[in-house]
Amino acid sequence: MEIYVALKIIWAVLLGVLLTGLAVMVGMDMGVGTLLRFVGKTDGERRTALNIIGPHWDGNQVWFILGGGAIFAAFPTLYATSFSVFYVVMILLLFSMIIRPVAFEYRSKVSANAWRESWDWAFLASGALPMIVYGAAIGNILEGVGYHYSWTGQYFQDESFLSYLLNPFAVMCGVMSLSLSIYQGGAMLMLRGEEPIYGRARAYAIGGGLVAAVIFAVGGLWVAHMNGFVLTAGDPNMAANPISGQTVAVQAGGWMNNYHAYPILWLAPALGFVGMLLGPAALAMRLPIVGWWLGAVSWIGTISTVGLSMFPFLMPSTTNLNQSLTVWNSTGSLYNLSWMLGFAAFFVPIILSYTSWCYYVMRGKVKVETVVNDPHSY
Amino acid sequence: MPLIDPSVVDLSRMQFALTALYHFLFVPLTLGLTVMLAAMETTYVITGKEIYKEMTHFWGKLFGLNFAIGVATGLTMEFEFGTNWSMFSHFVGDVFGTPLAIEGLMAFFMESTLIGLMFFGWDRLSKPAHLAVTYLVALASNLSALWILIANGFMQNPEGASFDPNTMRMQFNSFVNLIFSEDAQAKFVHTSIAGFVSGAMFVMGISAYYMLRNRHKELAARSFRMAAIFGIISTVAVVTLGDALGRLDYLVQPTKIAAIEGLWHTSTPPEAPWLIAALPNDATQSNTFEIGIPYVLTPLVAHSFTTPIPGLIDLEAASAPKILNGIKAINALQQYGLTHDAASLATFKQYENDMGYGFLAQKNAPNQDLTQITPANQDAIVQQTEKDTIPNVFVTFWAFRIMMALGFYFAALFAFAAYYSLKNEIQKHPMLLKLSVWSIPLPILACEFGWITAEAGRQPWSVFGWLPTFQAASSHAVGYMIFSLIGFALLYSTFIAAELYLMFKFARLGPEDHGAHTTPAAAEGAPMFAKPGFADKSWQ
Repeated sequence: MEIYVALKIIWAVLLGVLLTGLAVMVGMDMGVGTLLRFVGKTDGERRTALNIIGPHWDGNQVWFILGGGAIFAAFPTLYATSFSVFYVVMILLLFSMIIRPVAFEYRSKVSANAWRESWDWAFLASGALPMIVYGAAIGNILEGVGYHYSWTGQYFQDESFLSYLLNPFAVMCGVMSLSLSIYQGGAMLMLRGEEPIYGRARAYAIGGGLVAAVIFAVGGLWVAHMNGFVLTAGDPNMAANPISGQTVAVQAGGWMNNYHAYPILWLAPALGFVGMLLGPAALAMRLPIVGWWLGAVSWIGTISTVGLSMFPFLMPSTTNLNQSLTVWNSTGSLYNLSWMLGFAAFFVPIILSYTSWCYYVMRGKVKVETVVNDPHSY
Repeated sequence: MPLIDPSVVDLSRMQFALTALYHFLFVPLTLGLTVMLAAMETTYVITGKEIYKEMTHFWGKLFGLNFAIGVATGLTMEFEFGTNWSMFSHFVGDVFGTPLAIEGLMAFFMESTLIGLMFFGWDRLSKPAHLAVTYLVALASNLSALWILIANGFMQNPEGASFDPNTMRMQFNSFVNLIFSEDAQAKFVHTSIAGFVSGAMFVMGISAYYMLRNRHKELAARSFRMAAIFGIISTVAVVTLGDALGRLDYLVQPTKIAAIEGLWHTSTPPEAPWLIAALPNDATQSNTFEIGIPYVLTPLVAHSFTTPIPGLIDLEAASAPKILNGIKAINALQQYGLTHDAASLATFKQYENDMGYGFLAQKNAPNQDLTQITPANQDAIVQQTEKDTIPNVFVTFWAFRIMMALGFYFAALFAFAAYYSLKNEIQKHPMLLKLSVWSIPLPILACEFGWITAEAGRQPWSVFGWLPTFQAASSHAVGYMIFSLIGFALLYSTFIAAELYLMFKFARLGPEDHGAHTTPAAAEGAPMFAKPGFADKSWQ
């Protein structure tokens, strides 16, 4: 295999890893934000819930930033096009992501009821909305998006976002993503919280995991019958240029072709079901740490299921099929991908070690009394 | 290749400028305060004096308020290239995206993960371990600035990449040239240290406020002295680096330096005056009024007594051949995209370095189509395009002067403050203390004007010499832009109001009680949010 092709595939895998890291870590914080009003009935309980992820949300948020930066560098044309095509969605996502850090920092600084109550609503909106949008965007991409390029590489949008954002399939994907985040957030609240937060979080998390499992099954059947995209000609080693160089066809059930060709890929959806069914069982048995990791397994299974069925497509175009973005035509140059891989190989293990250290230092149950008496707490 | 609606380009520029300037209200304090917190905590760990721990806690609290909103608004910047500058992202993403990704990997992750330990780890970490965490946060926030400014350096002086006609974009070809771009390095140091100046002024000003009211005497006196000394050193460094940047602009961005100096006609060394004030008129291309100091301009800009500095009108004229070459380059490139023939590739290669000027000319071409330019109409088009090759002089000239005047004012203020503080006589100079309080926002203002100088002076380019700003935007509908602008305006005004309220509140409160951390109702576990009628069941 050509080195460039190998690098393109490695970066496609890393893109999946990033999206998974984002979904697990940011999804967990979003889940806690969504559940805040429901697991905490008193101000002290709500502050406790916030302080469970208090030392970590900022680091988790960087998955989102790194996701943006890495897609920019490794898939410049995908970054340029998807962020613009999904403009309204991206701006809403961005607004939620900006409100959250500010909510953390400001909420407990003033004790007035109205102030704290407002920030609690901000947590709910900025937790639930981005997760719905994140899932819906993945749903939209599976269905294809209307755009094309001029000869200079400038993209042009061929349909308004309203026409594709809100359709039943995408909304379903959004609900699934929200359910998984509620699951992950609930598991974290159980891990470091005590009664009554523990029990309430447990109920919501089990519900979230089971809803996700049902949608995952229904979604799978739906995808098997919807229109998929098939690459009929295109050299994987081509210069990364979406303007010309490949031909694409639409085929009903086309997203299942990879699974028919390589049955081993069925392991990915199987992994998803393992996580989504055993996870709630673990939480029911009061094993939050096992449940937390099974939540991560659910995300790994879900994202790899989608990625493998689309491969090599990243974002198909419905209005100019041949200009669909694929792993072959939208990566960075060989030189850039090599340098980036070097940096990622060096820094990711370091990041994982200090992140783990940070969780280790802050381990243990967070108690309501401690939180309300500690001047540093959120 | 239709051009993007000019009003969408203008709205996109406005949105980017406002969100970037807003983000940079918070960045300087983050850069400066982390370093000062590290210094305070080091003193605490070495001397064991509790007052330094108290200082670290108190200034850390204010730092935290600032840090969160800095992170939040930084997200916008990371995403806005994709959401609003699609052509830019496609055109240079292969080289420009890389420093942004490395920033995430190397700096942002470390800063944001460890900040949790910095705030919450006091009781869980040993003194040296906590100090190490604080150092790493300070290091990481400044490394963050390094990578961002490497990316910005590429826009100012694109080094480390070349255009590839097969991918229709600039491709990364030299990591060393990218990161050791002089522009990037000088600008990094200049910007980081400008952050130190802002941090120093913030600490000095709030300490002066306590001194004027005789509160928190020891904390205020120690913080004041530390900040004054840190401030004077940083200000000297920031001015020195600013001078180095000016010389770099003279070498690689002659249009920017000419605009900064309000220089319409090429200077006559050595007596050419350096203008203290002027009213540059962009329409008539002259200064309606000017006062200057003779003999200062040439040595200041060129570091020589004999080199003429090219003026804007002469720079415009000199761009004519580049515009003609650029038109040939773009037409050949378009042909090559269709046919992939060797002849058009050879023509393109011949004129490649001027292709940006071809993009610039498109606006003035008949039907905005460069292929419709003929020997009969080309002179008029070139003349029109020449006028588009320079930035807005009035804005660049004044943004620079305000920044510079503030810089010299800071040098004087910090020098007096440090002098009297070291002599223990600072309390005898209440005017100086009052001035320190009122000067708190000024370094941040200077940073903003610095960015305006750098970015307005780079126009009409988004990537200097390669991609004009009006070609770089996403092709959105105007409605999208109005939607996002209204959203940003609402959110950002709410944030700034809340931020200022909290900053004033905690700065006024001072170190003794710096938290509304106990609410009686919460401590008792009463349901705070239920309506009183529901909480208090006695009504039944």
